[in-house]
Amino acid sequence: MPETKESSSPVALEKERWERETLEPAVSKHPERKKSFQTVSLAEVDRLYTPADTEEVDFNRDISFPGEFPYTRGIHPTGYRGKLWTMRQFAGFSTPEETNARFKYLLDQGQTGVSVAYDLPTLMGYDADSPLSEGEVGKCGVAVSSLSDMEVLFDGIPLEKVTVSQTINAPASVLLAMYLVVAEKQGASWDKISGTLQNDILKEYIAQKEWIYPIKPAMKLVVDTFEFCTERVPRYNPISVSGYHIREAGATAAQELAFTLRDGIEYVAWGVDAGLDIDRFVPRISFFFNAHNDFFEEIAKYRAARRIWAREMKQRFGSDHPRTLQMRFHTQTAGVSLTVQQPLNNIVRVAIQALAGVLGGTQSLHTDAYDEALALPTDRAALIALRTQQIIAEETGVVNTVDPLGGSYYLEALTEKMEQEALDYFHKIDAMGGMVAAIERGFPQREIQDSAYQYQKAVERREQVIVGVNKYAMTDQPAEVPILVIDESVRTHQLERLEQTRAQRDAGAVNNALDKLRLAATKNENTMPATIEAVRAYATLGEICSALRDVYGVYEEPAF
Amino acid sequence: MSTRKIRVLVAKPGLDGHDRGAKVIARALRDAGMEVIYTGLRQTPEMIAAAALQEDVDAVGVSILSGAHNTLCPRIVQLLRDKGMDNCLVLVGGIVPQEDVPKLKQQGVAEIFLPGTSTEDIIKFLHDNVKPRD
Repeated sequence: MPETKESSSPVALEKERWERETLEPAVSKHPERKKSFQTVSLAEVDRLYTPADTEEVDFNRDISFPGEFPYTRGIHPTGYRGKLWTMRQFAGFSTPEETNARFKYLLDQGQTGVSVAYDLPTLMGYDADSPLSEGEVGKCGVAVSSLSDMEVLFDGIPLEKVTVSQTINAPASVLLAMYLVVAEKQGASWDKISGTLQNDILKEYIAQKEWIYPIKPAMKLVVDTFEFCTERVPRYNPISVSGYHIREAGATAAQELAFTLRDGIEYVAWGVDAGLDIDRFVPRISFFFNAHNDFFEEIAKYRAARRIWAREMKQRFGSDHPRTLQMRFHTQTAGVSLTVQQPLNNIVRVAIQALAGVLGGTQSLHTDAYDEALALPTDRAALIALRTQQIIAEETGVVNTVDPLGGSYYLEALTEKMEQEALDYFHKIDAMGGMVAAIERGFPQREIQDSAYQYQKAVERREQVIVGVNKYAMTDQPAEVPILVIDESVRTHQLERLEQTRAQRDAGAVNNALDKLRLAATKNENTMPATIEAVRAYATLGEICSALRDVYGVYEEPAF
Repeated sequence: MSTRKIRVLVAKPGLDGHDRGAKVIARALRDAGMEVIYTGLRQTPEMIAAAALQEDVDAVGVSILSGAHNTLCPRIVQLLRDKGMDNCLVLVGGIVPQEDVPKLKQQGVAEIFLPGTSTEDIIKFLHDNVKPRD
């Protein structure tokens, strides 16, 4: 169908003439550098885009105006002219004391939000003194085993004013409870505090693989937080549906888009099935995307994401409420694209990736530090990462007009193509019975593994160039950059506080609270009130997760 | 000469779930004609050593990104030696600071492959270093 249309349009005819008269003689004299030009997702890119490539795109229907359906050009009518994105640097390492100091440092430097990285034991629901935690305490994030740690983590940071994002998934309801209790102790009212919980368990089974319970009870815990926050913490975002980790695991841009949005649809469906009012809870669902190397592909991805979400909320769920239809998202530059070799090159990569996020209309942004392929960032590296955002915001001028690349033939054609690819995946996943069923069959996992392998092969064939690695490599030792080292004294420090907490608390109250939690889980009631009570009694993260494991069991990954 | 295929255990110790590297390596070694067993996630050093013995592998490839390498890798080497698997090579791939490399080698790790390594280099290393068996 498009074939006949294209060939008949005046532009298409003119393009044929150009190819004959101008292009062909030029190419025969100076051949192009490669037979095929591909994005970082290994998708083919044409030589030239013209209005003939966007004939299917209708301005009023598909592109439209910012702040209006289908929100391709952004959710705010004024773009960044009204408010810049939130500069939210993800940080967390070592003890709560150390991370608290880093937060205060970043806030002093003009950062506008806080984002907590937890260590692996915390992410997996184990206390610092679990044998499984050995060697991992405070390494990939901050160690939090109980309310005592959380009190130190947010000491002197007013939670009624600063919005906090927490990257936590399998035990998310417990960390949310700790956050709420700390806020309460600061005198902050729950209906005033804001922030975001990652709480996206589906992408754990798909990509990042930090799970505890089987999928269905884990989804029930997510729905519990939706219900609780809608009623009690109405300005809080109880989920950040994340494509970031899906991309880092090796997905293409189109797979990141498709699986993330289909995960989002799955959460909405579960919430609606549980009896929640779509227009009360969906407006608090936020998203989180990667910003990878291929500049235009990424911008197209963000624009397509907003358009698909608006259309799906309208068509699948019948909503007409603007806040339900408007996708809000956070962006982080691609950790996977950073190189150990010639690490200062990463500053440049991050700047370009961040620019794509901004031109895609992100609501908040994390820029990676140049040393993140080596270790957690030093103060100096973290500062340059923040300054990169400030330079984009204050010096480049890209914020002066809304969706400045809208109308580019290439970008609009790519946005349309991304949308189609995502919808093709939706059809497949719907036919399997939804995302939970697709994950149980290993479908998204296999698609991603396959893409990761194809990419690695393309790098090894040097079809995909990584500067400093497979091209322009330097044989002499590259200049070392100082790195942050977390030693085992962190564990000792954390064990001391944990012991003290266990000694000082009322053991009877802890046991009662844990029994109540088991009962709530068994009776399929909302687990949030009992979780909060357990946290208040200083039950540890490990104890609370263990109580839920008693009821729900644990997830075992099938072999794919 | 023996025609026994090189057997490799790809292992993911610790709590980290980022298995992209482990899975890409497993597939590349398989495509290079080796027999590959993947342990799955969150294996203790004891589980890894037991699997290495049971599968009678020539090499264990440990994927680790979490910073726990100094705790976990020497223990895997020691447990393999305790089981008499003196010829079993232990390779480490992942995020390991340069300054930890000599220490890990001293503790018996045969080679450490840092980010950006080509799968071809790992395949070549195995062909060059696995001792032929009958």
